[in-house]
Amino acid sequence: MWAYTLRRLLALIPTLVFASLIVFATVRMIPGDVIDMMLSQNDTSAGQKDREQLEQALGLDQPVYIQYFRWLGGVARGDFGHSLWQNTPVLDQILARLPITFELGLLAIIIGLVIAVPIGVLSALRQDTTGDYLMRSLSILMLAVPSFWVGTMVMVFPSIWWGWAPALVYVPFTQDPLANLGHMLTPALILGMSLSAITMRMMRTMMLEVLRQDYIRTAWAKGLNERTIVVRHALRNALIPVITLIGIQAPLVIGGAVIIEQIFVIPGMGLLLLDAVGQRDYPVIAGVFLVVGVAVMLINLIVDLSYGLFDPKVRYR
Amino acid sequence: MHSPVLEVKNLAVEFGSGAGRVRAVDDVSFDVRPGETLAIVGESGSGKSVTALSLLRLVPTPPGRICAGEILFHGEDLLKASEASIRSIRGNRIAMIFQEPMSSLNPALTVGLQIAEPLQLHGKLTWAKAFERARELLGKVRIPDAARRVNAHPHQFSGGMRQRAMIAMALACKPNLIIADEPTTALDVTVQAQILSLLKNLTKETNAALILITHDLGVVARYADRVCVMYAGRVVESGSAQDIYANPQHPYTLGLMASIPRLDQEAGQRLTPIDGQPPDLAALPKGCAFEPRCRFAMARCRRERPALESQGGRHYRACFADVSC
Repeated sequence: MWAYTLRRLLALIPTLVFASLIVFATVRMIPGDVIDMMLSQNDTSAGQKDREQLEQALGLDQPVYIQYFRWLGGVARGDFGHSLWQNTPVLDQILARLPITFELGLLAIIIGLVIAVPIGVLSALRQDTTGDYLMRSLSILMLAVPSFWVGTMVMVFPSIWWGWAPALVYVPFTQDPLANLGHMLTPALILGMSLSAITMRMMRTMMLEVLRQDYIRTAWAKGLNERTIVVRHALRNALIPVITLIGIQAPLVIGGAVIIEQIFVIPGMGLLLLDAVGQRDYPVIAGVFLVVGVAVMLINLIVDLSYGLFDPKVRYR
Repeated sequence: MHSPVLEVKNLAVEFGSGAGRVRAVDDVSFDVRPGETLAIVGESGSGKSVTALSLLRLVPTPPGRICAGEILFHGEDLLKASEASIRSIRGNRIAMIFQEPMSSLNPALTVGLQIAEPLQLHGKLTWAKAFERARELLGKVRIPDAARRVNAHPHQFSGGMRQRAMIAMALACKPNLIIADEPTTALDVTVQAQILSLLKNLTKETNAALILITHDLGVVARYADRVCVMYAGRVVESGSAQDIYANPQHPYTLGLMASIPRLDQEAGQRLTPIDGQPPDLAALPKGCAFEPRCRFAMARCRRERPALESQGGRHYRACFADVSC
């Protein structure tokens, strides 16, 4: 298994180089130039000379491919460059915000599973009953309603009806875990709900499939009750594809976080990215994308490794 | 004479509803006594597997439905038993072995756990004790290196080994009745004989009754004491294995006998197949279901459905024709 893990980690490198190329190139294609923005903020009468000076100071006077190799060389040495605006190291900014988004994403995935697995199983066990239809309709609804809309509604209506609004002051987990969770719970719930919609349907389908298998009939013939059959015999087999789904959902979570962090004022990677895009802060954007890319690939690696826990036929060589 | 372990009376099972309703098992009756092996023989779609499943109320409902009859196990009607009491019988006093050893074991659980499960459930053993017993049982069904194999997963077992594991599982609680639904169909011929001998010997040890569902008349001849021949959901002939082989009285049984190769047959002689196709259960004729394929058919066979009648002793058949010629 270690050899397999190592090989997978090595395979990350070419993927990341390729991804970085795309990121670096697309970021430059965003209309509007950082120099224009900087100059327009200070002085509307700035001339060509000021512009050249600024470009030179930020290293933007070089051709793009030289900028890229410079940046890539820096990344290889663990230097992600400096923010064009704050002049702070990009890596420091990212590392400060990564745990926050990680917490949000993890909470969202856990909440998604906690909602989806039991409901999916129940829906399968009571196939075509009113409950099943209700739960399936609910999942379609959650799939159809975008989380930014739910987020906005959660901000607006409770405050009108009950004078309650979700907390909007971020407290680090290490400082006050309860206050932190209190702040994170609502956005995580909103993200988790949208994730759970697909997971629930997958869980239901897989459960129906597994319940038709011969070994489930064998389990019935042994005299086991329904609960034991579902928990011991069916769930483990049905969970395998659902676990795969978590890997696929990782980028969705990060994409969702960008918007949800904005609504709930969570100083995570999403907010960092949004601000950086707004300011055309190229090194920050590229850094965030790179880290997100690594995270998504690592999550998928973990998912692949976890198959071994659920499926005894899987052995890593 | 012992009283029967299991007595099935006028069992009927239907599938589907409305116009698409099909009677897969119709008015089937038989009994089996301790230590006896009853073979239920028939081709695909004759209702033999459904009969087997309905004995433990394992017919998937819907679409299936046991709509009439009695299944008396030591005098208690299983069809009227509560869900809890039928569960306490399943795997405990009546055990079942299925056709597909490849898919009948759970791929995610160890073989040992699956054998230990009924012991823990019905025998009220601790898991540790149940595993200990599972190891003994694996040895008993002659799986080499049972102590290690008890922790293996089904995919590490061959088909024959899996079926042995299924037998170990079925025997775990020393049931009074074992129902084996085509236990050897998916296996190689050499393994078939081993598995059936094992099953037969082990049931003899505990004096359990064995119901053997099969389409293989060779199996029947070697292992069965009594035989029920099913056709289109009904029993068409039943009797001792001796009666059925030496003196088949139903044209269908005769046809089956003629269609198996024999050693004393002249080389190059062709087998005699039964002409035609098994009937569509949704559109059975009014009279005898076998009539369209029967070479003894008479006008009466088209009008009336023959009932099972004694041919002397416990040899029964459902036919009007004189087949002795």
